[in-house]
Amino acid sequence: MPSLLDIPRYQAAVVRHVGGERSFRRRIMEMGLVPGTTVRVVGVAPLGDPLTLELRCGQISIRKEEAGVVQVQS
Amino acid sequence: MSSPSRPLVALVGNPNTGKTTVWNALTGNHARVGNYPGVTVERRVGLMAMPDGNGVDLLDVPGTYSLVARTREEQIAIEAVLGLQGQTRPELVVVCVDATNLERSLYLVLQLLEFGIRVVVALTMMDEAGASAPDADRLADKLGCKVVPIAAHRRKGLDGLRAAVATTLKAPTPAPRWVWSPSPSLRGKLDTILATLPSGWPSSDATALWALMSIGAEDELLGIPAPLREAVAIDDDIAKPLDDEAITGRYRWLDAEIHPLVSTPPDRRKTERLDRVLIHPVSGLVVFALLMFGIFQALFLGADPIITAIEDVFSWMGDGIRGALPVSVFTDFLVDGLVAGVGSVVVFLPQILMLFFFLGLLESSGYMARIAFLMDRLMRTMNLHGRAFVPMLSGFACAVPAIMATRTMERRRDQILTMMVIPLTTCSARLPIYTLLIASLIPATYLGGWLPVQALMMVGMYGFSIVSTLVVAWVLSRTVRPLRAKRLPFVIELPPYRLPIFGDVVRMMLRRAGNFLSDAGRIIVVGSVVLWALLYFPRPDAATMASWRTQMAASNPGATEDADALERSFRLEQSYAGRMGQAMEPVLSPVGFDWKIGVGIIGAFAAREVFVATMGVVYGIGGDVDEENPRLRDRIRAERHPDGSVVYTPLVGVTLMIFFALACQCMSTLAAVRRETRSLAWPTFLFGYMTVLAWVVSLIVYQGGRMLGLG
Repeated sequence: MPSLLDIPRYQAAVVRHVGGERSFRRRIMEMGLVPGTTVRVVGVAPLGDPLTLELRCGQISIRKEEAGVVQVQS
Repeated sequence: MSSPSRPLVALVGNPNTGKTTVWNALTGNHARVGNYPGVTVERRVGLMAMPDGNGVDLLDVPGTYSLVARTREEQIAIEAVLGLQGQTRPELVVVCVDATNLERSLYLVLQLLEFGIRVVVALTMMDEAGASAPDADRLADKLGCKVVPIAAHRRKGLDGLRAAVATTLKAPTPAPRWVWSPSPSLRGKLDTILATLPSGWPSSDATALWALMSIGAEDELLGIPAPLREAVAIDDDIAKPLDDEAITGRYRWLDAEIHPLVSTPPDRRKTERLDRVLIHPVSGLVVFALLMFGIFQALFLGADPIITAIEDVFSWMGDGIRGALPVSVFTDFLVDGLVAGVGSVVVFLPQILMLFFFLGLLESSGYMARIAFLMDRLMRTMNLHGRAFVPMLSGFACAVPAIMATRTMERRRDQILTMMVIPLTTCSARLPIYTLLIASLIPATYLGGWLPVQALMMVGMYGFSIVSTLVVAWVLSRTVRPLRAKRLPFVIELPPYRLPIFGDVVRMMLRRAGNFLSDAGRIIVVGSVVLWALLYFPRPDAATMASWRTQMAASNPGATEDADALERSFRLEQSYAGRMGQAMEPVLSPVGFDWKIGVGIIGAFAAREVFVATMGVVYGIGGDVDEENPRLRDRIRAERHPDGSVVYTPLVGVTLMIFFALACQCMSTLAAVRRETRSLAWPTFLFGYMTVLAWVVSLIVYQGGRMLGLG
């Protein structure tokens, strides 16, 4: 299944599974990135990392390394 | 903290929901300030007037997205709302809910309701939400608690909020909206957990769920008894589905019940337009660089006239006192010890006020989160937080406000690591020393005919400082246990851009300045007086002075103009500091310094630039010299060891600059670290590692230079 790194920028995708280490996935899920949520990658920092995600009504930023373990379906 | 006669109400909310504005508006900013146990986070309780004429105590709880905790800072929220660790249990919790970001804000409300806590929702950012704003009554119906729309900065809705608090205080505790239903296979585990909870913790499945989600092998939580730790130990393959079940379950409820209340999504176009410029790969970095340059110039140059004015006022006060009182030890103490000491505290205020004003603007406008976003890639190579950028940049003006500014990071480990390296940045107090030594000892020639060697040397010192700051951050984060970089998740919210609320920014700025005066300020005054005494006592008796004067007159007939200055030099030599310098010679001579430089280093502990004036006294020119003084420069060039060899070779000059670049010769920095960490261990560690580092690197530079035949 593709991850957040595989979908084109601005294209909406639906979160299927959040992988990774427990404290990371708990934190990001509590901020609203749970399976079933629609998410878009809307920006990359000038130095190539981290990314900006748009989900629900706000934007959050996570690193590429961690975006790679968020599996989505476009 | 709170008065037993008044009910305690806690104010919680996600970061960036306007919680501080609400707290200020409800309490009029009159706070009793303490600390949350085991952490350097301020615990503020204010008096909130109620409609019936009585008051309640309103506790400000740091912003959080969830009650689940892994770090000590995150644990504050759960302890505050449940009244753990000896705190009073609040009778009600007011939650600030951002109307433009309902679901995420209400996630916290659901958690609170699960614990059976009485909740009142203060719906903020209503004007910003516009057409997307939910209907408060329907939201109240869904949540089963009162919901009051407010605009705290315009004082709208505050009476309604007070009335809602008053009614809810008398109401029974509400039934939770979403309830975790654990699978039957977990029941046995839950009962064990509930049996091991410390007294005072609510014995409910909600508490057990909190424990299962929070306590783990790598948590930093306080006050978790060993049996409870054992009881919650579960394998990852059980833990992860459990996390999923709880978090996804709450969001499912929110999606089903709350989402339909929001007819149109909130308008984020303004923020998106700004972000297109502000986090753009080119324009984003340009704006960032300009902003940082502006802040730095304001601190470095803008504060200068005010600092000079403050110094003038204090020296005028000192002169006035000296004129009014007879010549005595007490007068000297009053003028050179006490008044000068208080002056050396007050001079920090312009930069502290300015820096916290800027920080307040950056934070409340939403730009600070963008700084963390823009700088993360760069800063994390040194295991520093992106938010450490502004404090570290400020360090190039002065370490004291910079250390205070580390509060902008929430995690203690990030704060302390930043504090441990800030004193390595080239603060403005080092510049007079560099100027004096470069101008006196480095030839004013041009490299290759056009590159000025002196200017190059100054740039080199800045370069050296940047490299050493970054290298030391990297090394400390890999070697010192409490500073070690754990794999901490980086998840930051990029809040909408908002106009800062001026009153809140000013209040925060004044509060920080007040903290500094009352706390670090006291240490600095005491330290100044102690240093003054070291440089002043013991006073040679009349007979010693008389014989010294005859000796001087005999060896130096006719030279009367400098009699006073020479006498001060002699007295300094006889003082404790003078003797300490002489006693330090075995460690000073391997790095090329003599005891007189040692006395200068001791004097510089008051503030690095004092080195220049101390050397003026040591060399009998007087303390009223600055780094531009030609006599002091000549004197430095002319200084000889007893065997006739030159003291200040260019190599010694470079070594001395390296020493000052690396050594923590500044008691105000140590006082600020003491204040911010509330510990003696960290300032001791800071002083220790920097002194050892400075000496070792100086030794390598000096001895290496000699081996290469450079001096």
